Amino acid sequence: MITDIGLGHYLTLGAIIFTIGVIGIFLNRKNIIVILMSIELILLSVNINLVSFSIFLNDLNGQIFTLFILTVAAAEAAIGLAIIVTYYRNAGTIRVEEIDSLKG
Amino acid sequence: MIAHSIFFYMFSLIAIISAIMVTVSRNTVHSVFFLILDFISISCLFIMIGAEFLGMIMLIVYVGAVAVLFLFVVMMLNVAQQKNKWLESSSGYSHVPTGMIISLVIFFELIIVIGGWKYKPDLVSITSINVDQSTTNTHSIGNILYTDYIHIFQLSGMILLVAMVGAIVLTFNKRSGVKKQSYIKQISREKTEGVSLVDVKNNEGVKIDN
Repeated sequence: MITDIGLGHYLTLGAIIFTIGVIGIFLNRKNIIVILMSIELILLSVNINLVSFSIFLNDLNGQIFTLFILTVAAAEAAIGLAIIVTYYRNAGTIRVEEIDSLKG
Repeated sequence: MIAHSIFFYMFSLIAIISAIMVTVSRNTVHSVFFLILDFISISCLFIMIGAEFLGMIMLIVYVGAVAVLFLFVVMMLNVAQQKNKWLESSSGYSHVPTGMIISLVIFFELIIVIGGWKYKPDLVSITSINVDQSTTNTHSIGNILYTDYIHIFQLSGMILLVAMVGAIVLTFNKRSGVKKQSYIKQISREKTEGVSLVDVKNNEGVKIDN
């Protein structure tokens, strides 16, 4: 039934958002901040999976670990943005194409 | 049940469309706003299926803190207006097919995993802790989080502390030419190096600068 929302629907939503995040990382040539936002999308889809498993299997451990993923995601965003600010101050650009000093 | 499915499809449609717009939209500020919309709709989904504590925490942490941090950085760095398209590089579109193929392979692998779990439900043995239905979600999360997971909880606090220190150290720039008070120099000054006794000879002054 299409009106019967089960675990599979939530997992499919998580898979779609995960894939959109991965596409955003692979195909992006704009700036690095959008790549950080794509990483946030991927972590969000992982959170969707954990919470839906936790609800449908009636087990609270998934929600606890979602809380920890939230913590790590916030820390990662703060550190990543700090690195971007420092890089912009040094190099003057954060366009993905022009960041190629490790290319050799 | 009908209302549940209608709201599920509505929120998930908003979430998917705004997730696409995060990567596609030309203005980075618009990307951040679509990210906020995505988080809001996903937290509505969380509240809808009964994880209301996590839904509210998502709203507070992501919309209140992380998205505003992104907005600050985007507006500070003056990169909001990008004239080029989001996937056009200097060498054209040559990277697009490879990225799309890899992304679609990942997507179909995830779908295969979900389908296998759905059509063979005894693949994993479910050992569930029975959640007490009489207490609220927040109460039961607190019961577990502050007893069984207390060490991991404190460790996550340490992660936040380290992230805060790291962000401050990375973005702190020392300005030269600004005179500031040095507390450690003031406190560590002692009598032996601050005061010296000098025998003053008759009819001669005391030389101060030595």
